[in-house]
Amino acid sequence: MFFRLLKNSKRNVLLPLIFLCASPMISADWFALNMTRGITDISNEVFELHMLIFWICVAIGAVVFSIMFYSMWAHTKEKNPVPATFHENHKLEIAWTIIPFLILIAMAVPASKTLVKIYDDEAGDINIQVTGYQWKWQYRYLEDEVSFFSNLSTDLDEIYNLVPKGENYLQEVDEMVVIPAGKKVRFLITANDVIHSWWMPAFAIKQDAIPGFVNTAWTVVDEPGIYRGKCTELCGKNHGFMPIVVKVVEQDEYDDWVYGKRQEAIKLAELTTKEWTTAELMERGEGIYEVNCVACHQTAGQGIAGIFPALAGSDIALNNKDRHIEILMEGVQGAAMNSFDYLSEVELAAVITYTRQAWGNAENGDGEIVVPKDIVDYKEPKI
Amino acid sequence: MSAVIENHHDDHHHGPAKGITRWLYTTNHKDIGTLYLWFSFAMFLIGGAMAMVIRAELFQPGMQIVEPEFYNQMITLHGLIMIFGGVMPAFVGLANWLVPMMIGAPDMALPRMNNLSFWILPFAFFILLSSLFMEGGAPNFGWTFYAPLSTTYAPPSVTFFIFSVHIMGASSIMGAINVVVTIMNMRAPGVDLMKMPLFVWSWLITAYLLIAVMPVLAGAVTMMLMDIHFGTSFFNAAGGGDPVLFQHIFWFFGHPEVYIMILPAFGIVSHIIETFSRKQLFGYSSMVWAMLSIAILSFVVWAHHMFTVGLPLAAEIFFMWATMLIAVPTGVKVFNWVATMFRGSITFETPMLFAVAFVVLFTIGGLSGLMLAIVPADFQYHDTYFVVAHFHYVLVPGAIFSIMAAVYYWIPKWCGNMYDERLGKLHFWLSFVGVNVTFFPQHFIGLAGMPRRYPDYALQFADWNMVSSVGAFLFGFSQILFLFIVLKTVMGGKKATGQVWEGAKGLEWTVASPAPYHTFSTPPKID
Repeated sequence: MFFRLLKNSKRNVLLPLIFLCASPMISADWFALNMTRGITDISNEVFELHMLIFWICVAIGAVVFSIMFYSMWAHTKEKNPVPATFHENHKLEIAWTIIPFLILIAMAVPASKTLVKIYDDEAGDINIQVTGYQWKWQYRYLEDEVSFFSNLSTDLDEIYNLVPKGENYLQEVDEMVVIPAGKKVRFLITANDVIHSWWMPAFAIKQDAIPGFVNTAWTVVDEPGIYRGKCTELCGKNHGFMPIVVKVVEQDEYDDWVYGKRQEAIKLAELTTKEWTTAELMERGEGIYEVNCVACHQTAGQGIAGIFPALAGSDIALNNKDRHIEILMEGVQGAAMNSFDYLSEVELAAVITYTRQAWGNAENGDGEIVVPKDIVDYKEPKI
Repeated sequence: MSAVIENHHDDHHHGPAKGITRWLYTTNHKDIGTLYLWFSFAMFLIGGAMAMVIRAELFQPGMQIVEPEFYNQMITLHGLIMIFGGVMPAFVGLANWLVPMMIGAPDMALPRMNNLSFWILPFAFFILLSSLFMEGGAPNFGWTFYAPLSTTYAPPSVTFFIFSVHIMGASSIMGAINVVVTIMNMRAPGVDLMKMPLFVWSWLITAYLLIAVMPVLAGAVTMMLMDIHFGTSFFNAAGGGDPVLFQHIFWFFGHPEVYIMILPAFGIVSHIIETFSRKQLFGYSSMVWAMLSIAILSFVVWAHHMFTVGLPLAAEIFFMWATMLIAVPTGVKVFNWVATMFRGSITFETPMLFAVAFVVLFTIGGLSGLMLAIVPADFQYHDTYFVVAHFHYVLVPGAIFSIMAAVYYWIPKWCGNMYDERLGKLHFWLSFVGVNVTFFPQHFIGLAGMPRRYPDYALQFADWNMVSSVGAFLFGFSQILFLFIVLKTVMGGKKATGQVWEGAKGLEWTVASPAPYHTFSTPPKID
């Protein structure tokens, strides 16, 4: 859908103006007027329903407005100085109650049929648990034991108009959801913090991701390709910055991808037992901080007064390593800080070390680092 | 003694007090109506300024003038202020001015409560707006304040928001009780229920809706308060609570609330179309029954705001069919307005222009509402700009146009001067063009896939967002002209007759213009 739109960008008469306004863009479209036809049977049916309802509404509007405009034209005081005196006509009134009622039934019946199909969600070939976080998505492939986070990959400089925006501006992620073509894929949708909503227009799936609930949605996509969607429930400040990208591939390619993901996981496990230096942890931790923490605690660890506490100069980050680990593992009750225990031991150790070392924290505090083993030890006694 | 008072009725004993105390202590329905109307106008301008910030940020892709946190505060406050500060107090103001005069009553039934219900409102909005300057910023969770974003994850100012919603609710309930008691008890002899002007009917129904649902809203925010400060877990899944429960409670209030904001508009528009068509309303009793049906149905359709939360199939189908059913009585109203105009003798003064635009644009909003009721299609529309376009069509050229129409229609009665017809028409055309250029393209943006409440967007939405912003600036700045016209009319202008409009019917037109401080101290005679 997006690529089709790109072709039309030449017709954009405002484009030069937009360039002048210092926000270079490569695409925009005056012809993006309607819902795009989907790529699955269900999304096509939804599109047909949409068009049916749309044309019925247009027809009703056309009839009502033409009578009204006719009367505004023909029954002005000049043309019709003496108004008619008729009022109340039971036959007419019954007709304009019954006829709309019948039209509504004609609309509601096919809609209900499609809805029944959408709700027919028997077990899928592949079940993927989708979890919304502030502000990213986690995907866990229940059968294939693959799990990862998917974050927005658009550069901040693009968002703040410092560099030209790429073609997939705000619609690109660091890791796409990969699903095989032709298989029934079921999404089990939930959330970890606030309510999010997982919307993939091409599949006509929009399901709220609600903490404590698991909603299901399913699809069968025959056509390989990359499909883009968005979060559609206000979930905090970066609501507009947690897109969804699904890559549909043939079965072989899917199998290769699963294999590759498993190898990655094994490598990560090995890292846990490795000897780490502060510099190595810092380097890794910075990247993790930028993906997971920066939205609230900000780039220099200064936080946002009144909502998100500062990490730079915080007593916990300076002098209390145990509490620091505990906060990341358990979250803070009643505050926006959630548990990050879903990160790997290496990632946790790295990001804690980073926040204990960066922004002058190492100089001002005890400067203790955290290694993956510390996290393993923290987890041990609980089992 | 009594004879003396009778003779010097207006200028001695019962005239308005002098200075500020006239407004602080007043129990006069006309003064309180004026206060409500000016207050809502101020809120309309403040909420409008926030809309300008929103549209300026959305003028192009990328973040330009505000940060996402502040953007979320703007959308939240814009919604709350326009609904609770703009539209609702404006309708209460109109009810204060008009209901007693229309039913031949000397005043509202509970004048002291009337004063109280107005004077707590400015405090509610002072508290709400002051949250902008608090640490952590103003409420940022949308006017629908879904938990847990509005509880566990909210800024500290949420407590002030809750307090302010409580005050607004108390004010609304008092106002509504006053309207019900006035209409039920103070009609002049001969004003039977089925002879009441439609605006009175619309407000009677609205008042019952308010009394029914404002306590539900109060309950919802109280449960939030408990979750935030007193360790309960009504809406916290981790504590065994249910975030979806919040949405059920909120929309059980929220759906009747949207009819609270449109029913009085139905009443206003019926009067204006009747007057300027110089023809009796086509079907008075069917209009009353249609309003009653809409009000009753409004209690059984709330979950159509929640089609994507994972309701069971049976619930989705029930709420889809129930919602579509509302189109029947709404259709009856639109057909009635058209039939009233048909073969009338129509002139297009400013109030009529606004009323005609209301019928057309409200119908467009109603039809897109019908589309939204279709559950499978709603999976694509939900929480996109299509929804934003829909509810702005019913609220701006719907509710707000009806309020503007009412102001132009009744202002000669309120202050005794005619407004400037040329400027009024200019204001209409600027608003009409502005509103359509703003909101029509939002249908396209939504269908193309842009979610609402996004501070920034992908590039394919850029063109129509820019158009929409241009329209919004036009509409926004045209309202300064409206302020000017109103001030000009209050200060002077051509003197209005008592009748004002050739085709106008109703008791309010039988008194002088401006309406004396006290009207119908003795009940009028009704044939």
